[in-house]
Parts: sequence; structure tokens; C-alpha cells
Amino acid sequence: MTDSEKGMVSDLYEEAHHYHVNVGGETIHAKRLTGRFRTLKWYGSALWLLYFIMPYFRWDGQQAILFDIPERQFHLFALTIWPQDIWMLALVLILLAITLFAVTAVAGRVWCGYFCFQTVWTDWFTWLEEKIEGSPVQRRKLDAAPWNGRKIRLKLFKHTLWLMISIITGVTFAAYFTDVFDLWYRYVSLDAPIEAWVVLAAFIFGTYVFAGFMREQVCFWLCPYARIQSVMVDKDSILPTYDVQRGEPRGKVSGKGSESRGDCIDCHLCVGVCPTGVDIREGMQEGCITCGLCIDACDSIMDRVKRPRGLIHYASEKEMQGEQLPPLFKRPRVISYLAIFFLAVGGIVYGLTHIPPVELSIVHARQPLYIQMSNGDVQNKYTIKALNKTKGDLHFTMTSVGLDGVFIVGNKGDKITLKAGKMVPFHLFLAAKRGVLKNKKTPFQFIFKSVEPPFIRLTYESVFISPRGK
Amino acid sequence: MAKPNKPEQVPDTGHEWDGIRELTNPIPRWWMISFHASWIFCVVYLLLYPSIPLLHESTKGLLGWTQIKEFKEAVAENDAVKAPFLKKVAQMSGQELLDDAGMRNFADSSAKAIFGDNCAACHGSGGQGAPGLFPNLADDAWLYGGDFDTIVETITDGREGDMPAHKGELPDAEINLLADFVVAAAEGKATPKGLIHFNEAGCAGCHGEDAKGGAINELGSGAANLTDGIWRFGGSKDEVLRTIRYGVNQEDVPNTRIAIMPAFGEKLTPESIKMLAVKVHELGGGK
Repeated sequence: MTDSEKGMVSDLYEEAHHYHVNVGGETIHAKRLTGRFRTLKWYGSALWLLYFIMPYFRWDGQQAILFDIPERQFHLFALTIWPQDIWMLALVLILLAITLFAVTAVAGRVWCGYFCFQTVWTDWFTWLEEKIEGSPVQRRKLDAAPWNGRKIRLKLFKHTLWLMISIITGVTFAAYFTDVFDLWYRYVSLDAPIEAWVVLAAFIFGTYVFAGFMREQVCFWLCPYARIQSVMVDKDSILPTYDVQRGEPRGKVSGKGSESRGDCIDCHLCVGVCPTGVDIREGMQEGCITCGLCIDACDSIMDRVKRPRGLIHYASEKEMQGEQLPPLFKRPRVISYLAIFFLAVGGIVYGLTHIPPVELSIVHARQPLYIQMSNGDVQNKYTIKALNKTKGDLHFTMTSVGLDGVFIVGNKGDKITLKAGKMVPFHLFLAAKRGVLKNKKTPFQFIFKSVEPPFIRLTYESVFISPRGK
Repeated sequence: MAKPNKPEQVPDTGHEWDGIRELTNPIPRWWMISFHASWIFCVVYLLLYPSIPLLHESTKGLLGWTQIKEFKEAVAENDAVKAPFLKKVAQMSGQELLDDAGMRNFADSSAKAIFGDNCAACHGSGGQGAPGLFPNLADDAWLYGGDFDTIVETITDGREGDMPAHKGELPDAEINLLADFVVAAAEGKATPKGLIHFNEAGCAGCHGEDAKGGAINELGSGAANLTDGIWRFGGSKDEVLRTIRYGVNQEDVPNTRIAIMPAFGEKLTPESIKMLAVKVHELGGGK
């Protein structure tokens, strides 16, 4: 009888213990060291300062980046993007997604490790925490200590600073949707609209809770990207990798049997600095955001014990097996991602350079389709919706081509004024003399032409409908 | 709470089967937080909103919120937005409303719902009417006039057609001749002899000496233009005969035509009527 047949299942427990699942029961207090990747991480963080500064830039007398929802306009420096141009948003989203995929395929979770707001804000929060409460050891001690004056003071100070960052984060986000100076004034004077308060509350809550408390739990359990990354990396992707061949068997640097051991001295510093608390020596895993801080840590130890650096280093699975990495342009993933990337870029560039100054839409009245007039004419009604996206009034004339014997009723097509930034629908009637048209449905074109510079000529396909044989 | 515990160290319930122990691991913290947040939400909701059904009504809730109240607030909010425009509608003349692109568009769009509620049942959603029953508002044939002020008058006070029945008044043969003339006139084939006959029979009193109707020769009687191709009650000879024989809106005359437009002056505000007039004027035949 084997062990399991005898009901001995302790090996099952052994195995279960190996799968240590981080569900946030214990706060991770990561050690902060200096190093190459730490510096890179600061550069990544610094990019986010733009987020805080951008709303204060002005362009042409108004906020340079402004999503004006009531006016349905998106101002981006000199550009104004209208809802009609929103198809470009789809391309922008594709572009961002593909960039993420491509970077992940080549170099893993670069976004997570260096740029993601979750990583960056958590990094700021823990930086403050260290400044106020001290090193990880001191922090753990403080957490375990009973409440006293000092603990209350430190915690209060920390949470106040965290909340202030959260508030500024929230105000900044709201500032992209309305004038930033007016917004500050309204927040301070408690006069902001309900939407602004909701946005602010959501962002304060989100920032404070996600960066202050949930931290790596967001990466583990909330972020969809973390769940799908395994299908985006392949054997060519470079990731922080522990060199098992070189490191194992791990053990103390000196003492009995140390000569036969590998380079890993089992100091646990790589685990100690990890912001998500994973042990990189167990290989690539869900919790690893590829920030490289363990590489910094390990290198510093290797320097100290006079062993070559790079026991943990960025390497692909193929490299670790001694194979050569194929060049970037020979990897199918990279090629297909790049192709989509450039298609999207091309589309966006085309879209941005070809934003039409006037958006025209002409609708034929559906009921009644035609009207018999008292003099025998057949009249059709059209609703013209012309949006002037420019900053000045425009004047147009309107004619129809492709319909002999059909004319625009009255002088409505002679001079059409389109007010700057406005779309006021109006009706226009076309009439055909009795017996001119043989078909029930005659396609034709409306021509919309500006009478002064800038010269704009638009055509619009429409139909004229008449009773059969009249 | 949910610390990664070594299974050997976790307290158990004392139940053990074949070496498998039932552990008493605490429930995950996130689950407990969600659980407590959920029931707190339920209690708060129960207190704030109408929630517990009683025999005839439900508890009112501390907020005093009701669906109809929220609806009325939304309506009031919308009315407040429209108020300055309605004020302008009241102040502007018909011509001014028609000439101002923005106000014309406002009136036209606002009147869409009013038209749908009050007018479309008879005149159709596009104002196209129903042949023989209700007049088409989108063409340029008007019984009472198609200028803005007349349209306002028509909507406010309503209209009632009046054409005497001629059966018994005129011999049948003559009615037959008159019907032939009217059908021909609409096709542009009227004979001078027919027109003389038409005048002698007394039709010209309302329809004009040239048979071109009331509004056009400014009698304002609602008498139709008989020379265009547009028919109020149908243009086949049988239909024309019926109209001449039994008239329009004649009391105690069977088969008489009914042509009554109700008055909306008391039902609709003057602003609504003005906006309706803009819409009707813009349907295609406004004068």
C-alpha cells in the first residue's frame, strides 16, 4: 500500500504550501535601494508629472488640453476634435493597445514596472511612508506596536499627505474637462457642480485605497492586463530572470560546504525589495511586474561578495537555454504588431490632417416622401444639417446636379450662413414640374460651395422621389 | 486574517476522515469586507428609500424620494431651460420667427412633440393628411390661407367647413354636368361653356367666378380651389357627385361630408400654437 492509499496525504499539504498566494493579508514593506532600474523607475514616474502640469498650459486663450463635454469638443492645442471625428479615438485605442502588446512581446511588462499609475502612485506613497515611518523593519514594528502618541502622530501625518496627493490627483483629472482655474476656485469655494464632486470623490477614494492599501493586490487581482500577459510574452521576450544554473544550489556564502554551492547566497534581498513580494527565483510569475528592482538588489550583493553581476538579469527563455535571440524584425509577433501600429498611426495622422471644416448631412423627409403641389409640381423635402467646425461664420450656396427640370424652391439655396461652431438644421424643398421625371426614385447630388475663402466644396448624394409616371 | 498558514498549524474543527482534517481557516478579508458593505448598503437603502410593502402602500423612506417626484423635477428643469426661448417665441412675430434660423429651428423641433400629440392623429406625422378625410398640410393648397397668422387662427379657433347639399335643390342632370365640369377643371380641361354653367348654378358664390376657390379670391370661406389637382374629398366623378349632392357638414343630411377641425386655443398655450404654426408653415406649403 502506498502512502495515499493509506490515507497519508501530508505530501498534498507540502505541495499546497508551495503555492503561496498573496491575498493581501500582510502588507508588503519593500526595501528601497538605489540602482540602475530604480533610476529608470524614477524617470518613468517623472513622466506622470506631465499629468499634473498639462491642465495649466494655455493655447489660443484657452486650456491647451480640454475635453469640453457640454460643447462636445475636444481641444488639443491648435486642434479641435468634434464628435464626428471620434472614429479616430478607435484608432488611438488600437494604437495604445498594440503598443502595449508589442512592448510586452519584446520586453515584458515594461508598462507595469515603470509607467503604470498603480505602480507609480504606490511608489510615491511608499516613498512617503519610508520618509515618515522609517525603514521596512521600523514600519513593521510600528504596525505591530500598540497605539500611542507617536504612532498616532506618524500615521496621521502619513495619511494626510496621502490624502493630499489623492486630492490633487482628483482635481487634476477633473481639470481636463473644464477650465482648471475656474475649477480650483469652485472646489475651494464649495461651488462645484455635482459631477465635479463625484469625480473628485471617486479619484480620492481610488488613489487613497489603491495606492495606499491595496497596492500589489490591484496588480494581482484587479488588473486585466496581468491576467493576459502570459499570452503576450513568448520565449523571445526578455524578462527579469534568475540564472538557475549559476545560482543553485543556493546557500550561505561561507562555512561548511560553501565551495560546492552556486552563486545565490540566499540573502532574500531580491524578495525584500520586490514591491509585489514575489520571489523571482521561482521563475516568471503573475505577480512580477518586471520592474527590475530585484536585479539592482542582487547586483549590489554580488558586488559585495565579489561575484560577477547578473545572477538576476533581463533575459529571455531562449537566451537562458543558450540560444541566440532572433532579431526583432524576424519575429512574427513584432512584425504583425508593428504593421497594426503603423496602420493606426497612418489613420490618425490622416484623420488629424483631414478634419473637414464643415460636416454635411442631408436627410430626405421620410413622411411624406413627396408632395403633390397645387400647380402639379412634385415637391420633396430635405433637412440639411451642416456643422461649421471653424471659428468664423461661413457662407455657402447650394445647388443640385443630376436632375434636369428640378429646382430648389425659393431662394433658400442662394445664401446659407453657417454660424461658427454651430449646427442649425434647416429645410430645403426641391420641386419637379409635372411629367419631368420618369422614375419613382432619381438619385442626384447636392453641391455645397463656399462663396468666400476658405473655398470648400462638398457633395452629398441624395434622391428625389416622385409618384410613378408623373 | 488570510495569512498563508502551514496546514499543520491551522486549528481544525476536530473532524477528521482518513487523515483529511477540516480546517477552520478564516474567510478571506476581501470577502468579509464585501459582505459587511453589502448588508450595510441594504440597511441604508431600506431606510432612505421606499422599500417595505405594507398593505396599501409602502414605507416612505427618509429621503421622501418618489419616482414621480423625480420625473416632475426633471420636467421642471427642462422647462427652466426652455423658458427664455418660449419667452422669445411669445414676443416675436410670425415672420421674425420664420426668418431667425435659430428660433425657427427651436420652434420646429419643439413643435414636433406637440404635433405628434395633437395633430398627427388626423393629419399624419408628416402632415400629409389622409386622402378624402383629413387635409394635407404639406402642400400649398389652403382652404383658409397658409400664411403664419391664418395658421395660428386655424389652430386656435378650429375650422368647420360648410357647403350646402344640392340634391333636391338642383336637378340631377345639372348636378351631373357640374361634376363633369369640376373633374375636367382639375385636369386643366375646363370648357368655357362649363364655366358659364358653373356660375349660373351659383357655385361661384363661394368657389369664385374662375372656380379657383375661397382663400385665393380672398373670400376666406374655406371653399376649395377646384382647378388644381388637389382634392379635399376625392377627385373621382363619384366622389365629386357625392360632395355636390350632400354638401359638407350639413345637419340631417345623410352622406354629407364631415370636415371639422377642433379648436386648440384652450388646450395649448399661445407659444405652443405659434411653434406649431412654424412647423406647419415649414412643412412645405407655407405662404
